[in-house]
Order: sequence, then C-alpha cells, then structure tokens
Amino acid sequence: MAIFNLNINGKKQTVDVDPKTPMLWVLREHIKLVGTKYGCGVAACGACTIHFDGIAVRSCQLPVSAVGNKLITTIEGLSENGDHPVQKAWLEHDVAQCGYCQTGQIMSAAAFLKKNPNPTDEQIESAMNGNICRCATYLRIKAAVKTAAKSQTL
Amino acid sequence: MTTVKTTINRRHFIKVSALGGGGMMLSFSWLAGLLPLPAEASPLSKDWFELNSYIKIAANGAVTLMSPNPEFGSNVKTSMPMILADELDIDWKTVIVEQADFFPERFERQFTGGSQAIRQGWKILRTAGATARQMLVNAAAKTWNVPAGEITTEAGMLYHKASGKKAGYGEIASVAAGLPVPEKVQLKNVRDFKIIGTSRKNVEGLNIVTGKPLFGIDYTQEGMLIAMIAHPPAFGLKVKSVDDTAAKSMPGIRDVFTIKTLKDDYERNGFDTATFTELVVVVGNTTWEVMNAKKALKIEWEKISDTNIVVNGWGGKKTVRIPVGLESTTEHKAKMAEWSKKPGKVLRKDGDPEGAFNKATKVIERTYSAPFLAHNTMEPVNCFAHVTADRADLYGPIQAPEFITRTLSARLGLPKEKIHIRLARMGGGFGLRAYGHHMVEAAVISQKLNAPVKLVYTREDDMTYGIYRPTYSATYRAALDEKNNLLAFHVKAGGIPETAIHPNRFPAGALDNYLAEGWEIESNITIGAFRAPGSNFIASAEQSFLDELAEQMGKDPIEFRLELLDRAQKNPVGKDNDYDPERYAGVLKLVKEKSKWNQSQAKVNRGVSAYFCHNTYVAEVIDLVIQNNKPVVQKVYAAVDCGIVVNPDAAINMGEGGIVDGIGNALYGEMPFKEGVPQKNNFNTYRMIRHSEAPKSIEIHFVENDKDPTGLGEPLFPPIFAALANALYKATGKRLYEQPFLGSKQTLPG
Repeated sequence: MAIFNLNINGKKQTVDVDPKTPMLWVLREHIKLVGTKYGCGVAACGACTIHFDGIAVRSCQLPVSAVGNKLITTIEGLSENGDHPVQKAWLEHDVAQCGYCQTGQIMSAAAFLKKNPNPTDEQIESAMNGNICRCATYLRIKAAVKTAAKSQTL
Repeated sequence: MTTVKTTINRRHFIKVSALGGGGMMLSFSWLAGLLPLPAEASPLSKDWFELNSYIKIAANGAVTLMSPNPEFGSNVKTSMPMILADELDIDWKTVIVEQADFFPERFERQFTGGSQAIRQGWKILRTAGATARQMLVNAAAKTWNVPAGEITTEAGMLYHKASGKKAGYGEIASVAAGLPVPEKVQLKNVRDFKIIGTSRKNVEGLNIVTGKPLFGIDYTQEGMLIAMIAHPPAFGLKVKSVDDTAAKSMPGIRDVFTIKTLKDDYERNGFDTATFTELVVVVGNTTWEVMNAKKALKIEWEKISDTNIVVNGWGGKKTVRIPVGLESTTEHKAKMAEWSKKPGKVLRKDGDPEGAFNKATKVIERTYSAPFLAHNTMEPVNCFAHVTADRADLYGPIQAPEFITRTLSARLGLPKEKIHIRLARMGGGFGLRAYGHHMVEAAVISQKLNAPVKLVYTREDDMTYGIYRPTYSATYRAALDEKNNLLAFHVKAGGIPETAIHPNRFPAGALDNYLAEGWEIESNITIGAFRAPGSNFIASAEQSFLDELAEQMGKDPIEFRLELLDRAQKNPVGKDNDYDPERYAGVLKLVKEKSKWNQSQAKVNRGVSAYFCHNTYVAEVIDLVIQNNKPVVQKVYAAVDCGIVVNPDAAINMGEGGIVDGIGNALYGEMPFKEGVPQKNNFNTYRMIRHSEAPKSIEIHFVENDKDPTGLGEPLFPPIFAALANALYKATGKRLYEQPFLGSKQTLPG
C-alpha cells in the first residue's frame, strides 16, 4: 500500500492503495466516481476510457503509480452540467440504448475531437474503433461526433 | 373513438386513491393479458403480462408515472409512459418516470423480454390514461357544476368554453380522487394522438451521458464487501479441492470458501439455468484485491458424473440429463452432420412430400450451420445482496425477478415476501438476464458472511460461464420438376442441445407438400434465450435457401417470395400457419420500392431477406462491396410492419441496433470449444462488430397503418443474417453455409 495524491476533475484526492491498482478501480471504488465503466480489464472494449493529461486512455491499464501530477478527467468532470458539446450531441441524437458503454464512447470522442476538430468519417471510425457498443449504436455515435465537431466550443 | 371497459376482469382493474397533500393516484394493471401470446413468447410464462402500476398527479400538477419493467436498453421506460401520457392528455415535459422495485404485492409480475412490452401494454396503458382523464373531467364538472360533456382537456388543463372556466389537473386531482372509477371510458382516435407517433428522447439520457450510477455494478454501501467466483475452466468439470493458502494471505482478503448454489435434490424452475452450482468464492475489500487473490487460488478440478436434474418449467416437469464429457466443436460438427442425415421428429407434414421428392427431376439440398454465441452484455454479471436472518435485499441486473424470487426463497429458507429485489438499469440484456443464477450466488455468499456483498464477475468469468445461444444446423431440400416448378419442400433442423425450428411459419402454408423435422443432441454446455431465440438462426438458413432456390428456378428472389405468399393468402395449406401473408408481402413490397430493387445497382451487390417473428414483419436489403477481401456494407434498407410506431426515433434506434448486431454476429460471432473449454474469454479474442465495420447507412421504413403496435427489440435481428449471406454470394459467387462468415479469419474464404 502507498499514498497517492491525485488530481481528478480539478480536485485533489488522496488514496492509500496498492501501487499497481488500475485507475479504473481507484476511480470507481476509492473515489466513488462510477461513470468510468469496467468492461474487459484488458483494454479491448473502451468502456473505462478517461483523459490522462487530455489524452484518451484505458483506465484499466493505467496503474495509479504512473499517474503522478498529471490531470485525470472522468466523465463526471467533462462538464459541469452534462453540457459538453459531445454530451449535448449525444442527447441530440438520442444515442444510448442500454447506455453502459456510452461514457467511454463520449470520453474517446471528446479527446479525439480536441486533436481533430474536423474529422472525416473514416477518421471517426478509426478513432472510435476501440470502443465496443454491444447494442450497436455505432451509426448514431458517428452522427453525434459529427454534430459535436460542428460546435464552436470544443 | 373506441369505448372500453375499465374492469377487464377480476384481476385487472383500476382503482383510485387520494395522495397526501392533495392529488390522486390511479393504480392499474400495466401489462394485462389482453392478447393471445405469440408462440415464441409463451414459454416465458402463461400469465406474465399482469403488472400493476400507477399514475400520480400531485396538487402542483406534477405527473409521476411508475415504470415497473426492468429496463435493458429497449427504451420501454420512455415509450410505455408515452402511451399513458397521450390518453391522459398531458404535456410530456411535465412527466417524471420512476423505476419501480420488484414488488409482487403491488405489481404482480415484472418481466422484460420477448419484444412484448408495447404489444401487451398498449390497451391497458391507454385505458388507464383515459380513465384518469375522464375522472379529472368528471371532477371539474362537479366542481364547476357544468355537464362533463362540455369539458375539454389539453396538455394537463381542463377547459369549459361556455363559462370560460379552466383549471390544471393538479388543482382538480384531489376532487377526482374521491369520485368513483367510471365503468367505461373512451379512447382517442389514432389521428388524435399527440405524443404517440412523435419522437421523444430517452428519459434517462442526461443520467447516461453524465455517468450517473444507474447500473447494478455501480452500487455501493457502507460496509459492503466484494466477492468474486472461480468456476470450472471447462464444461464437464467440477471442483475437487482448493488450496487457498496463498489467496487468503493476500492484502484486503476477508475469506475464501466454496458454495453450493442449488442443492442436488432441488427441483429447478424454467429459468434456474446455472452452469456450475459449486463455486469457489473469494471475498475482500476491493475488486482489485479480490481479482488478484483469485489468481492465486490453486484449484484441482475433476470430471462430473452423469447427472439428472429435474426442471419444472413451462410444459410441466421433466428430467434433463447433463452428460459427462469434455466437448469440442469439431465433435459437435461431426455429430450434427450425422444427425442431419438421420430421420428427425416430424413436426409438420402437409400433402405427400416423399412422393413428390420421388417424382422430382431435380432435388436441391443445402445444409446451413451456426455456432454457439455468448451474449457479451457490456456490463458483466454482478449483483448486490444483503441477507440477514429475516430478510434478503438484492439489487442487480435481472429481466425476470419473479422467477428468481422463488429460487431465492427455497435456497435461503426465507418466505418470498421477505425477499426484496430492486431493479437496476441493465447494461444490456439480450436474454442473458432472464437467468438469475448471479442473484442466488450473491445471496448465498451474503448469507454465509452475514454481510452486504457485491458479487462481480470478471469479463472472463462472464464470457466462459455458459448460457449461450445454442449451435444449430438446418438442412433444406426442395423438389423441382422439369419446368422448375416447386413440388415439395423439406426442412430438417436441429441443434445442441435445442432445435431452432418453427414448423408452422412461412413457407409452411404456401406449399402443397411440406415436411418439417427436428432433432436435438444433449450436451453439458448450458444455453438460454438470445435475441430472437431460434429465429436468429432459422431465418438465416431459410432465407438463404429461398435465395438459392429462386436462382435455381430462374426467379427474382423478391418475386419468388411474393408468389409463395400469394398462394398462402389465396389458398393456404393447413390451418396453423402463424403469419399473415398480406402483411408479410407488404414489407417485401415496401423494401422493394424503397431500395429501388428493380433498378440495376452498379458495382453494388444486393441481398434480400424477410422474416416474421415476435409479431412483427421485417424485410431487409443489404448493399455491399468487397474491399481488400472484406465486405463493406454500404447500405441497409429495412421495411417493418409493427403497426403503430409509438416513438419513431427510438424505434429506428432499436432497429439499427438489431441490424448492426446481426451483421456482427453473422460475420464474427462464435464461441468454439476444445475439451470443454470455451476458446474465447474476452473482447481481445471474441470478435464483436466495431465502428468501422458497421454499415455506412441504414434506412428503416415503417408500413403506415392503424394496427395495434408490436415490438421491435428482436424482429430486425434474424433476417439480416441471410440478407448479408445473399449479398456476399452476389459479390463473390460463393455461397457461405457456415457462420460466422469471417470469424477470426478477417477476410473472406478464397
């Protein structure tokens, strides 16, 4: 066990955990932010996607000891009131069916659009390919990413 | 306008009561058994469509609608209250929807499955909404001393034009609560609907995109422990001995023990499928610690012996043999090939099929097969349980809480009324969550520890646990004369351990000489309902064969199907044909028109398929091209007849999901076995369809009619497999008989 001082969604958080603990479980069980989802534990589904210094990473593969001072953003910290352009686009297209994977999809899309605010369809598909949606809402996700891309406030 | 009785029978009634602080509450049965059950839904129970619910109208005008159905993504939590709200004549924006707990005293039965929610709920929801509205009208008439017939309603307001009086529902609700429930009420004309038929967004949308704790796996409470199970690595094995020394000494670990979830002499209910009834359990403080300790367990396994279990499900009590053996896919395939050649059990016979085959100048015979499939819901199996001496509390994903309550009661030694199940939003269902073994496991663990526990499966535990879609095979034969007339049709279909055949479906009824046979091979691999059970395979085989047959007969595949349907309509063979040929033909004609079927599509390969299941008719056309030896689906057209479409945009979303899921399973889905071991255990080996593999565009068209609505969760899924197979044949000239069409190969077979 070891103490880690973390910066999560702009707040300082201290946890005392095994240094190998993936951020997925630190977030879900120690900080009680459960919007980051467990899907596979092997970085194959994207449900646990968070932003690590602005870059989309799979939190199931990010040990707490590797975080240091870098900023962690989860779905709960993406916006104040669910009004990030990507979240708004998700609502506009009424994307979700069961909804379980959607927070990971949104986190992947938000980081991707920061880098590439004007993507082609192929670039969207390729950027989002690591996020599985078992309900298969892929067409709506793509449409929502395009709508968010048109927003001025990314 | 239709006038309906508010009392349907002794068990289905509407009653009114006053709310504290003013207002009214109307209790009513939510999903009364008003309609005959479809054949494929009836196994789920004879009378599960009896649910009660309520409408609350508070003095301030806020309207709360209780949603008793567990929600797994089909959006019933939005679309069912819409039906109620329309007849009640309220502003949708004022509606608050709440998820009910499992509460048999109030709601009787709560079940999600079979694409039945909207179909079964339609009339009772409308009646309940109309009754509440009529009572508010009657209360206003009494208050204002005017005839009820002169009062109109709109968007939660009551108006009396002549006197200029008006009031909100909330102001009148407490008066309404003291009035008798009218015996009869009038339902709206379809053309007067204001909410039904308009697109309304998911009531949970904001909670989903902001990551609120909606799912069972998100649950936590003070003092809660985490439990994980270790189950045998292979079907046909059981626990022999456990060395837990290393695991027990690891940080954060509270205990390691073995549980027996179902006792050996326990008589199972229909949904008590439990692959492994003896499990090793690791309990600790956090998921990560428990996961690590689980890896440190040293477990010896041994082979099971032949076991007989008694299952008391629908259709009565039967003894099911669980055979010994470590089964492999190669062996399954060989057995299925052997059984395909033996006579099966005759399920339907019209005319003289044998005689017709003897007279044939040409016999076409084809065999199609498909593998076991895992459900792979994105939320892994989990359940919270807190069992004490006098009650059990559970919270988790479950489609059928009623059935598992009986099991829990028997296993825990608590009366049913002491078992309290709260219904979590499910991270996918697809049939898997009809089986509540995880609830029993969590409860047994909690009872042993006398502590609140959340059981969580790793993805690997989830994927290798069983309750798969069965593996299937179907052999079709057609007899043609020298002029290529179809003389006879024969289907013989089976599976391990269940057949997929529906003998009274199309093309039965369209053929003078028809024979349907089935066969089943026992197995120790557990199976269960999977999106459109049975249909999800038999549609793929039948609709591929009809395509091959049309080609042999020199006919257009749509025209060939329409000819058969025309025969079934004008001069049907037999009496038990469970489809309406006119509606079936209707979707084929619509998809033909919308896809511009008759215009040549340059460089695009097209396939068509149509199927009727779960009360809804669907025809689909796929356009694809081959790029780098891989299929790229450019466009899918679907024509759907589900009667009135309650929430069109959500209906399209559901349809798109069914189509993309079907393409994914047809191309990649498979769970192979070797020596009893499932060969895939996570998403890095089990191929799921991903963004870049989804069709580039999907157009869904609904047949416009005023027929009572039917469901959409399943019907768009089965036909897409064959539309894809038929388009792939056009593209490559090679017919694919074995699913998955790509599998892990990634490219088409050369």
